[in-house]
Amino acid sequence: MAKSLLFPEFKIERDAERCISCQVCVRQCANEVHSYDPEDDTVYSAEEHCVGCQRCVTLCPTGALEIRKREIGFRPNANWDVASIRNLYKQAETGGVLLTGMGCDKPYPIYWDHLLLNASQVTNPSIDPLREPIEIRTFLGKKEPFLEVAWSEEFAGLKTRLAPQLELSIPVLFSAMSYGSISYNAFRSLVEAAKEIGTFCNSGEGGLHPGFYPLGDWIIVQVASGRFGVTPEYLEVAAAVEIKIGQGAKPGIGGHLPGEKVSPEISRTRRIPVGSDAISPAPHHDIYSIEDLERLVFALKEATRYEKPISVKIAAVHNVAAIASGAVRAGADIVAIDGIRGGTGAAPQVIRDNVGIPIELALAQVDERLRKEGIRHRASIVIAGGIRSSSDVVKAIALGADAVYIGTSALLALGCHLCQKCYTGKCNWGIATQDPYLTKRLNPQMGKRRLVNLLRAWSLEIKEILGGMGINAIESLRGNREQLRAVGLTKEEAQVLGVKMAGEGW
Amino acid sequence: MVKRIRIHEEYCIGCRLCEIICMVKHSASGKIIKAFRKESERPLPRVRVEEEGYTSFALQCRHCDEAPCVENCLTGAMHRDEATGVVLCDEDLCVGCWMCVMSCPFGVVERKEKGKTTVSKCDVCAGKEEIPPCVKNCPNEALTYE
Repeated sequence: MAKSLLFPEFKIERDAERCISCQVCVRQCANEVHSYDPEDDTVYSAEEHCVGCQRCVTLCPTGALEIRKREIGFRPNANWDVASIRNLYKQAETGGVLLTGMGCDKPYPIYWDHLLLNASQVTNPSIDPLREPIEIRTFLGKKEPFLEVAWSEEFAGLKTRLAPQLELSIPVLFSAMSYGSISYNAFRSLVEAAKEIGTFCNSGEGGLHPGFYPLGDWIIVQVASGRFGVTPEYLEVAAAVEIKIGQGAKPGIGGHLPGEKVSPEISRTRRIPVGSDAISPAPHHDIYSIEDLERLVFALKEATRYEKPISVKIAAVHNVAAIASGAVRAGADIVAIDGIRGGTGAAPQVIRDNVGIPIELALAQVDERLRKEGIRHRASIVIAGGIRSSSDVVKAIALGADAVYIGTSALLALGCHLCQKCYTGKCNWGIATQDPYLTKRLNPQMGKRRLVNLLRAWSLEIKEILGGMGINAIESLRGNREQLRAVGLTKEEAQVLGVKMAGEGW
Repeated sequence: MVKRIRIHEEYCIGCRLCEIICMVKHSASGKIIKAFRKESERPLPRVRVEEEGYTSFALQCRHCDEAPCVENCLTGAMHRDEATGVVLCDEDLCVGCWMCVMSCPFGVVERKEKGKTTVSKCDVCAGKEEIPPCVKNCPNEALTYE
């Protein structure tokens, strides 16, 4: 094999004045970038293995390390950017599909940043969230079009039987991230944080480790095309069941779990051999139509005695509104929509970066379609894919979502530095790995605390924003697009989003 | 109750930052780069990361309730501080017989740097710190002070 044409992606700058050869970097790098030479008491770095995860930079006690993207001196070429050239070299050398992790990093427009929120002035009073209560509790599930109330001597109350609901104390849930794609400790952090805050995390398609069965009341379990780990107990312990049709990072294809991450524990949970790739089928082979979807939805409802909401998760693709409408008519209590910026533990880069549509546009269209068809109340909409802050949450709710899923944001709270190497199983932060030496790096108590802090901060901020608008319950904001104005968008974009341009009044 | 540094080996990541910070704390200057690069005599770390396979943990003096080092000390140099319950060595009394080194069941009492006749052991930073720096600087809370 000849010398590779691939150049190192990152440049490691070690300040010789500051380096004390303590070797923390050597011990922390799973990619074996740093090595210590006792002969001259020096730490050397092999840049070609560096993935830019910043673990060594973060832990270096003297701040001696700096890792930056290497500027390659190619002749500037608007058509051939460095990333394209690099990918092409890699494929010429390997002949394979390029894998990647996390969400799409291409500069497609982020519509959240082109939507502005409203606030009260003079004619309607704003509310001070520190002095008055603001309700951000959310219920997910089918809502009744009307309620029948009984009044009599013996009984006063609801006659209508309510559909099962998930009660969330903040309209944010943790996205589907399977045990397998993430470590036991990472999943433990998520589920314990969900329990403490009063929300839910999602098992992903990898089954549920028996260690999490006692925490099932805070877990939504997934039934995906691979059917990994789906057992009667799995459905029994969960708070809700989600049928995964698609994922924002890889619409049209099934889940991937590289064999590197299939440890003995994962093998037991997924019921597949150790070290084997777990490639889920692209479609569910028993679902080729909305009618087929309906059969699975009702099979799961039967299996859970109609006591648990059933969610259907689809990727945001071109015809998403019609598909979502079909899912609602198939009996879904919750429709989850995952946009192009949704993350993944492993996906072909070409799919992640080129397939799907931004979640903002998909959400606006789905909400509008369901309203027009008069079936919006029959399912809650949960969106995923690129929610970065509390303001994104508020904007999503104003656009019509009931709640949002956060995946990447949650991982960032756990220490993720977005190096996009989840598929290698060598996550230096102990998140997307099964190597026992690396998984220890995530202390689930710390992880839980950080996640709880994040959601607490967001809930305070959401209340601040709502109060400013003069709204005292998140219910009153849902689908309230008058609270949104577009800035820097074309008329067509604003039209698809169903919002007025900034400057237009009521 | 006496506060102790507790070890959580399931979260020790073997980075040895505790050792480095301990060395700095007990160095002449207390400055990390100076202590490592300029000072001719580097103190020994009083906490050691023990490692085997996937298991690692940072071990320092346990300040035993029944401390063999205190019982076996010929001169009374090794003593327990009444106020804090911490086991300390009075360097003025220590004659370097190494009985404490021999009798410590954890192997956390060591001969001090070359040429010295006293011992090196964890002093919980002599009560000068509210939280010992090894605990404060552990990136994964594998050491706690409770």
